[in-house]
Amino acid sequence: MIKVQREDFDVGAELSALCAGRGEVGAVASFIGLVRDVAGPGELSAMTLEHYPGMTEKQLGELEAEALARWPLDRVLIIHRHGRLLPGDRIVLCAATSSHREAAFEACAFLMDWLKTKAPFWKLEEVGGQSSWVAAKDTDEAAAAKWTKNE
Amino acid sequence: MKVLYFAWLRDRVGVAEEIVEPPIEVTTVGELIAWLAQRSARHGEAFADPAIVRCAINQNYAKADESFSRTDEIAFFPPVTGG
Repeated sequence: MIKVQREDFDVGAELSALCAGRGEVGAVASFIGLVRDVAGPGELSAMTLEHYPGMTEKQLGELEAEALARWPLDRVLIIHRHGRLLPGDRIVLCAATSSHREAAFEACAFLMDWLKTKAPFWKLEEVGGQSSWVAAKDTDEAAAAKWTKNE
Repeated sequence: MKVLYFAWLRDRVGVAEEIVEPPIEVTTVGELIAWLAQRSARHGEAFADPAIVRCAINQNYAKADESFSRTDEIAFFPPVTGG
């Protein structure tokens, strides 16, 4: 399930709903990304997440399908916020459910690594009254690349 | 045809989208970038380093050598930074 929204989300309620009535599920792995209060040398006052409506949902949907194809999962949940966020705010929730923990843990890590390089979001940081776009990290590319299948 | 811009590409070009009519010999993403870069000083600045510009055709990632049609939705944006 994919949700792209401005509003915050209730982590407990979302994870409970993901597992409700799913008797075979014995494991839920989740990741929550938060806005940090540091940005390079300065103190971050806010961060605005811009995205490409339509393509975001399409890319996240493809990520979900890929995870379901690679691991024996029951369900996948990705909630990603956009708009102006403050330090401490939740940005993203990613969760995978399965019978056992290995698939859930691995799928959750995979989803975040690929999301970082495929989902069309861009972060604009506000530091000391100045706004600047966050540059992509090579380490994110490397993290995503390790999940690429050897053809 | 419609071209969309996001994040700092939009800031530099100055508009979020525009209608353009590239000449018929412009058929690939790379050729479109080169043609757009000559439209104005702002476009030139936005596309100064094509290596850090990402493209999507109909919301799928596309490389510089990929062809597009005049009815496709083309978007240009920086490397993504979500999560």
